[in-house]
Amino acid sequence: MALNPRTPSGPIEKRWDNAKFEMKLVNPANKRKYNVLVVGSGLAGGSAAATLAELGYNVKCFCFQDSPRRAHSIAAQGGINAAKNYQNDGDSIYRLFYDTVKGGDFRARESNVYRLAQISVNIIDQAVAQGVPFAREYGGTLANRSFGGAQVSRTFYARGQTGQQLLLGAYQALERQIDAGRVKMFPRTEMLDLIVIDGKARGIITRNLVSGQIDIHMADAVLLATGGYGNVFYLSTNAKGSNVTAGWRAYKRGAFFGNPCFTQIHPTCIPVSGDYQSKLTLMSESLRNDGRIWVPKKQGDTRPPQQIPEAERDYYLERIYPSFGNLVPRDVASRAAKRMCDEGQGVGNTGLGVYLDFGASIERLGQQAISERYGNLFEMYERITGESPYKTPMRIFPAVHYTMGGLWVDYHLMSTIPGLFVLGEANFSDHGANRLGASALMQGLADGYFVIPYTLGNYLASNPLDKVAGDHPSAQAAKEEVEARVRTLLSIKGRRTVDSFHRELGKLMWDHCGMARNKTALDGAAEKIRALKGEFWQNVNVLGESSDLNQSLEKAGRVADFLELGELMCIDAADRNESCGGHFREEYQTLEGEAMRDDANFSYAAAWEYTGEGKPAALHKEPLTFEYVKPSQRSYK
Amino acid sequence: MRLTLHIWRQKSPTDKGRMVPYTLDSVSGHMSFLEMLDVLNEQLIGKGEEPVAFDHDCREGICGSCGFVINGVAHGPRRGTTVCQLHMREFEDNAELYLEPWRAAAFPVIKDLVVNRSAFDRIIASGGYISVPTGSAPDGNAIPVPKQDSDMAMAAATCIGCGACVAACPNASASLFTSAKISHLGLLPQGQPERHSRAVRMVAQAKDEGFGNCTNIGECEAVCPKGIQIENIARMNRDFIAGAAAYREAQAEAGAG
Ligand SMILES: Cc1cc2nc3c(=O)[nH]c(=O)nc-3n(C[C@H](O)[C@H](O)[C@H](O)COP(=O)(O)OP(=O)(O)OC[C@H]3O[C@@H](n4cnc5c(N)ncnc54)[C@H](O)[C@@H]3O)c2cc1C
Ligand code: FES
Repeated sequence: MALNPRTPSGPIEKRWDNAKFEMKLVNPANKRKYNVLVVGSGLAGGSAAATLAELGYNVKCFCFQDSPRRAHSIAAQGGINAAKNYQNDGDSIYRLFYDTVKGGDFRARESNVYRLAQISVNIIDQAVAQGVPFAREYGGTLANRSFGGAQVSRTFYARGQTGQQLLLGAYQALERQIDAGRVKMFPRTEMLDLIVIDGKARGIITRNLVSGQIDIHMADAVLLATGGYGNVFYLSTNAKGSNVTAGWRAYKRGAFFGNPCFTQIHPTCIPVSGDYQSKLTLMSESLRNDGRIWVPKKQGDTRPPQQIPEAERDYYLERIYPSFGNLVPRDVASRAAKRMCDEGQGVGNTGLGVYLDFGASIERLGQQAISERYGNLFEMYERITGESPYKTPMRIFPAVHYTMGGLWVDYHLMSTIPGLFVLGEANFSDHGANRLGASALMQGLADGYFVIPYTLGNYLASNPLDKVAGDHPSAQAAKEEVEARVRTLLSIKGRRTVDSFHRELGKLMWDHCGMARNKTALDGAAEKIRALKGEFWQNVNVLGESSDLNQSLEKAGRVADFLELGELMCIDAADRNESCGGHFREEYQTLEGEAMRDDANFSYAAAWEYTGEGKPAALHKEPLTFEYVKPSQRSYK
Repeated sequence: MRLTLHIWRQKSPTDKGRMVPYTLDSVSGHMSFLEMLDVLNEQLIGKGEEPVAFDHDCREGICGSCGFVINGVAHGPRRGTTVCQLHMREFEDNAELYLEPWRAAAFPVIKDLVVNRSAFDRIIASGGYISVPTGSAPDGNAIPVPKQDSDMAMAAATCIGCGACVAACPNASASLFTSAKISHLGLLPQGQPERHSRAVRMVAQAKDEGFGNCTNIGECEAVCPKGIQIENIARMNRDFIAGAAAYREAQAEAGAG
């Protein structure tokens, strides 16, 4: 099957307008006859479900938390980008487009990125009108800050809780539609399979997490907005429930998986403290605006940071990258921290940490100003570590944070299964091999508020669909498969807990498919993961029943899918013989240790097709061409 | 350190439930409270016992999933902190801890420490929004908002909807939760058109859900992990009274011709 990205032609600034004009429209009176399933209630799913209902579609929305307001988007801290140029500092749609293509290390589709930059301005307007309390200047206008990797101030924020406020805006819009009877919400409900009939997505199978009931939901189109899969590493900044199940089930039904190995490791997280560690906490990147990163010059220096004189500190980012300094993009900052620790200059008990020091800023601006900017983050840090960043530098270390990979989608956000659309972090689209800060919120909301309402209408208007009901053999078969899988998980009664498998998988992934990768290690890890999967299905112990709330059973299903995804990530990483963005292959680096892209051979998006149990996935390539931003080696020096 | 835990175990909404004692050794002060429960659960599974069910997701104090009562206090002893952010260094060695779910008629127990808080969603659905369909917004800077109002709105908007306020209130009132949303939106110029009808509808919904009345006890503010202030309740009452006086049923809109 040839991949058709359906990107429009013509001048880039006209493409989205032209595409919209060419799209077919659904007559307003007919919209309520269409049933649309939205899986996920985060920024992408919440905004899509609300907007589609406002347009008149009949929507069902699903999430596994007890309320749509708790989707993982709630945790985003730093901010959202938009090319408003309110600060008059030289920003523009073109510059945001340019920065994002470059930041993604030339592995994203230009047309998509341009559209994202265009729509960014509408998102801010919409959020403000909803009552999102963005930070303001004294004159009452919106405030901005600059954010990792950008030289203009284009980031809008609501203290350190931007994701929370944007999500609550979308959630409130969604609740309004629920009250109006146009959305039926299914909280504590997990999608466990996709129903495909005549090659088109026509429904899903769900499990009610409280009663255990397995149901069939039929529809005219299915939207997955199920978030990222960073938890394949067990430890990540993602919420504990974040998972790949919906996407993975769709993959096994024929949706191609795009660039699975493109993972973002965030440079500023609180280091691991012990074996019991259940997740990692992000300290917003905005801290790098006022914090300086350093390590002791001497290896194995165990003096407390205050006793290390200026001359014996290595402010290595400022040294290596004088023009961007502490604000280099995430992949660059993370790798530099790893290198310092590998060389024995790391700090803290484990030696896996670097300092993020606010001493100079506190001296320059006063404690009050720093506390206004970062007070809540400093408190959080103190609660977790027992140390106050006002007095002693923070210790930080990189952690898995975001997944640029996801289900492959075309310009219309449609996967390779017609009628299956994928939005937000769950798709692979706009960030290439590395995402810039404050751009995931932008993408999720662009997809949900402003892209899908057009492209979904076009799909429905141009594809007459037969009526199908839940008694269709494909739906029944999918339901039986889900029931059988649940029964199997509960009947193994082995000797290992689900978490112990998850931890082991996570360690394999972090060690071999993490910040630095090489062919031998990746091949070995894929092999070990296959074996671990084999053991899982023989030796996992899931207690309890399927007929009530059973959190071990939920986790078991998710870990089973992570085990398969982990293997594909290693295969993808081993196949991409270059370094780009967050994907760093040790064999492909410059003399200075920077990522070395191979545009002649790898300027493509990898889309993997499932070919059957135990068979190797098939690779399809979507070539990427750059008409506007010419590929160059990224330089932040 | 070593702990004795008494945990509410209840198999299902209809089961009667009871406190069950457990002991746990080698707890580290760096563990979060939920990590401590993870360790307990791994041990229980090893013994063939069903693990303790509790809600959680972000473990960063922002999603509002987690929450239970520790020794009589919602979210435990540290002020302004959800249980997922509470660390074991707050407790003494050999401490004896009693863990119970939120208790309120409007929050029925589902299992162990997990309760059903969907009443909160229905309160929001009844009016906790600004009606602005996608695409109909003016430019972001077209509506200047005084910084002070914006900051106050933000302070109210940081509510995470965990339900601790209800659990702590002797009347099981949802006033702090409801008023936080009414204040957030009512303090902003964008929220003015629906300000009074919003208050009327949300207050009525809270009552219908079976939450009690506010009698100014202040326990809610004391346990709120986000420091939502009780002054929001005064604002809600003001908007409710103004709204109740002016309330009119919606009129038909279609004209002739
Ligand atoms: C700590 C942290 C801070 C961040 N800060 C920023 C920032 O400052 N700026 C920025 O731009 N980005 C930030 N990001 C990234 C950004 O928050 C996410 O990429 C984005 O919010 C993802 O939104 P989403 O709607 O795609 O998915 P999510 O918000 O993850 O939502 C997924 C939804 O899918 C549901 N779901 C999942 N699987 C199933 C299933 N099988 N069945 C039913 N429902 C399911 C969930 O219940 C949930 O409702 C941050 C991320 C983290 C982890
Ligand atoms: S788990 Fe999210 S607030 Fe505690």
